[in-house]
Amino acid sequence: MALSAATPAHASATARGASQSPEPSGLWSWLTTVDHKKIGILYLYTALFYLLVGGLEAVLIRTQLARPNQSVVSAETYNQLFTMHGTTMVFLVIMPLSAAFFNYLIPLQIGARDVAFPRLNAFSYWVYALGGLFITLPIFFGVAPNGGWFGYAPLSGPTYGGGFNMDFWVLGLQILGISSLAAAFNFITTIINLRAPGMTLMRMPMFTWMSLVVQFLVILAFPVITAALFFLQFDRFFGTNFFVVQAGGDPLLWQHLFWVFGHPEVYILILPAFGLVSEVLPTNSRKPLFGYNVMAYSGIMIGFLGFGVWAHHMFAVGMGPVADSIFSMTTMLIGLPTGVKIFNWIATMYGGSLRFPTSMKFAIGLIAMFTIGGISGVMHSSPPSDLQQTDSYFVVAHIHYVLYGGAMMGIFAGIYHYFPKITGRLMNERIGTWHFWLNFVGLNLTFFPMHFSGMLGMPRRIYTYDAGQGWDLFNMISTSGTYLLLVAGLLFAFNFFWSRKHGTLAGNDPWGAPTLEWSIPSPPPEYNFAQIPEVTSRYPLWDLKAPGTMAGIEHSHADAASINSAHAVPMHEETERRTARELGIPMPFPTVKPFMVAVGILVTFSGLIVMHAGKFPLAMTMMLGGASFMVGSLYAWLTSPLE
Amino acid sequence: MIVANAAAVASGAHEAHEHTHYTTTSLDNRKIAIWAFIGSECMLFASLISTYLVYKGRSVVGPFPHEAWTSPAGQLFKPILNIPVTSASTFVLLMSSLFMVLALAAVENKGKPGYEGLQGSSKFWLLATALAGATFLGFQAYEFTSFVHEGLTIRTNLFGTSFFTLTGFHGTHVAVGVLWLMTLLFIDIRRGLGPADAIIVDICALYWHFVDVVWIAIFTLVYLIK
Repeated sequence: MALSAATPAHASATARGASQSPEPSGLWSWLTTVDHKKIGILYLYTALFYLLVGGLEAVLIRTQLARPNQSVVSAETYNQLFTMHGTTMVFLVIMPLSAAFFNYLIPLQIGARDVAFPRLNAFSYWVYALGGLFITLPIFFGVAPNGGWFGYAPLSGPTYGGGFNMDFWVLGLQILGISSLAAAFNFITTIINLRAPGMTLMRMPMFTWMSLVVQFLVILAFPVITAALFFLQFDRFFGTNFFVVQAGGDPLLWQHLFWVFGHPEVYILILPAFGLVSEVLPTNSRKPLFGYNVMAYSGIMIGFLGFGVWAHHMFAVGMGPVADSIFSMTTMLIGLPTGVKIFNWIATMYGGSLRFPTSMKFAIGLIAMFTIGGISGVMHSSPPSDLQQTDSYFVVAHIHYVLYGGAMMGIFAGIYHYFPKITGRLMNERIGTWHFWLNFVGLNLTFFPMHFSGMLGMPRRIYTYDAGQGWDLFNMISTSGTYLLLVAGLLFAFNFFWSRKHGTLAGNDPWGAPTLEWSIPSPPPEYNFAQIPEVTSRYPLWDLKAPGTMAGIEHSHADAASINSAHAVPMHEETERRTARELGIPMPFPTVKPFMVAVGILVTFSGLIVMHAGKFPLAMTMMLGGASFMVGSLYAWLTSPLE
Repeated sequence: MIVANAAAVASGAHEAHEHTHYTTTSLDNRKIAIWAFIGSECMLFASLISTYLVYKGRSVVGPFPHEAWTSPAGQLFKPILNIPVTSASTFVLLMSSLFMVLALAAVENKGKPGYEGLQGSSKFWLLATALAGATFLGFQAYEFTSFVHEGLTIRTNLFGTSFFTLTGFHGTHVAVGVLWLMTLLFIDIRRGLGPADAIIVDICALYWHFVDVVWIAIFTLVYLIK
C-alpha cells in the first residue's frame, strides 16, 4: 500500500505514534521505541513541558521582585526558585531541546537510517526523563535544591547545606550526566561512521557540524563535573573532607572543577542554536552559507578555546594577576571565532533573495540579541570591569541575552523551520509573527533594564530589596516584560498544538531547502531513506531543484566501492511511502529494556536519599535492588538481537 | 560513571548484530564509540588525579603517605604506603594486559596455523586476564583493610579522602573489566569465540589496556613520587 507523501491524515497520526511498524501501539510504543525520530519527538515534548515549568519559576521570581519589600514568596522558597530556574533551563530545557534536534535531524542530514546505537538512544532519553522528574518533583514538597545551579561548596556541603535539598541536586545532575554522555558517544559514532557515500566532513550540513563539536564538548566536560559531584556526594553522604575547610579542603577546587565543566557547557547550550540558524539563513536567503569552511573551523575553535576560559567566572576570588591576565586574554580571544560567525551570517544574507517566514525572523533575532550578550560578555573578560559587574544583575542580563536571546531564539527558529518535517504540517505564520514580536519585545523589556539595575549595584540572587536605591523602575519594567514573555510562550504553545492538526500541508520541502532531510516525505517514514543517496556536493537538493544557486560549489563523486557497499543511488527525491517490510529494510526491534535500565538507575540513586532520611535497611534494599535490576536488564538488553 | 560505563559496554557488545552494515570509515561502530568513551574517561581520571595532587601535603592530620607522623596523643604512625606490595600488584596488572593481547590474538586467529594448543585457547587467556585483574583487586582489598587498621579511613584526613576516592574509582573500573572479561569467557565457553567476534573482544581489550595505563599514572604519581 503505497501512500503518497502528501497524504495529510498521516501527518499527525504518525507523530502520535500510530506506528508504521505493526507490533506495539499507544503508550507502549513510546516506552519501547528505538526510532530516533520518535525519541526526538519525546525529547521535544518533555523539554517543552520543562520550559513551561522553568518559565513559571521565572514568573514567580519576577513577581516577587516587581516592587521593593514584597513577600509573594519567602526567602527560602525564592532560593529554591532561582536554583531550579537555572538548573531546569540549562539541564532540562535547552540541552534536551538541542537533543531533540540532534535525534531528529542528524541521521536525516547525513543520509542514515538511524543512529549508530538505537537502543542506547532510547536509554539516554529515559534517563533524562526520569532524572528530570527526580530533580523537579521535590519543589512540590518544599525541598527543592536551594544552593544555586552552580552548587558552590561548602554552601552545598553537609555543614551549610543540610537537609535533602542539595541531595536532589547532586544526585539529579549525576543522573542527567549519564544521559548526556551516553547520547554523546552515540552521536559521535553516528556522525563519524554513518554518513552516506560522498558526504565528506566538509559537506555535512552546518547543524551536524555544530552537533559534532557539541558532542565532543560533552564527552570532555561532563566527566569533570561527574568527578566534582562525586566529591560533593561523598562529603554529603560519607563524611569525606573534599570541601571541608577545617580539614584543609579548598572550596576553590569546587569552583575550578565546576567551571571547567561550566564554561564548555555554555557552548554546549549555544552551538546547536548556531547550527540551526546556519540552516535557516541560507535556505531563506536562497544562497549558500557564506564561508562554510570558516564557519566549521570557528565552531571547532570555539569548542577548543571553551576549555581555556573557565576561570573568568572566578576573577572575584583573587587568583592573582598572572592567572587573571591569562584567562582575560583567552576570553577575549574566544570573541573572535564567535564574531566570525556573526559576520558570516550577515554576509550570507547580503545579496540573497530574502524571505521572512517566522523561522527567519527568529534567526535574525538571534544574530541581533546574541551580539548584545556577546558584547557584554567581552566586557566581563576584563577583570577590573568584571569586578564591578560580577554577582550583579548586569551578569543576569548578559546570560539571558546569550541563552534566551541566543540559544532559545535559535531553537525557536529551528522549531518553526523543522515543524513541517516533523509533523507534515506548517506552523501558522500569522500567530508565529505575533509570537516573534511579543517574544522580541518581551525579552528586551525583561533583560535590558537589568543592565542598569546591575550597574546601579543590585546584587543577583537576593529575594527582595529596599526602595529608593534607583532599582524600582527597572525591576518593574523587567517584571512586566516577563509577563509579555509568558503570553508569547502561551501563543507559541497554541500555535504548536493547533498547527499539528490544522496547519497547511507541507510536502517534502516547503522551504526549498538544500539538504538531504528535505528530499524525503514529511514526516519521514521509519526507515528515513528507501534508497541511500550518493552525495556529490554540499547542497544536494539544490543540485536537483535550484542549480542556479550552486555557482562555485565543488562537486565530485564518491568512490565506487562505498557506493556499492551502501547500495547508494544517485541523488533523488522520495515521495512513495511504503513500509520497511515491503522494502526489505531491516529495522531495530522495539524494546523496553533501555527503559528498565533507566528505572534501575533511578531507584539506585533514590536509595541514597532514603539513606539520608535514616531508613537504612530500606535504603540498602533500594540500592542493591535497583543496581541488580539495572545490571540484569542490561544483560537482557545485550543478549537480545538488535534487528 | 560506572553506569555510563556499563551503558557503553552495553551498546558495544551486541548492537550491530551480524548484518554487515555500510559504515563511512569501514570501522565497526563499537570501535569508534569505545574510543570516544575512553576519551571521556581520560577527563574523569584527570579530574581525580589532579584533585589528589592539588591536595597533596595539605592534610591537617596524619597518617601521611610518605612521612611518619606523631599524633598529639603521642602515637606514632609510619608512612602508610606499602610500595613493595603495590609494586607486586602493579606487575600483576601489567601482565594482565599481555594476557589480554594474547586472548585477542587467539580469537582473531582461531583455527589458523600457529594457533593450535595453548596459544589459540582464547578461553585460557581470557581466564588468565580476568584472574590477574581479580588478583589486583585482592591486593587492593588487602591494602585498603590494612590502611583502615593502621588508622587511615576515607574520613581521616584530606589524604585519605582523595587517596581512597582515586584508587577506589580505579578499582571499580578494574572490577567492571573483570565482569566484562568473565562475560566474554562465558560466551566463549557456551558457543566459542571466532574471528567474526573479534570486535567484541577488541573493545574489551581497549578498555582493559586503558584501565591499565591509568594505573601506571596513579602508581607513579601517588606511590613513587614523594
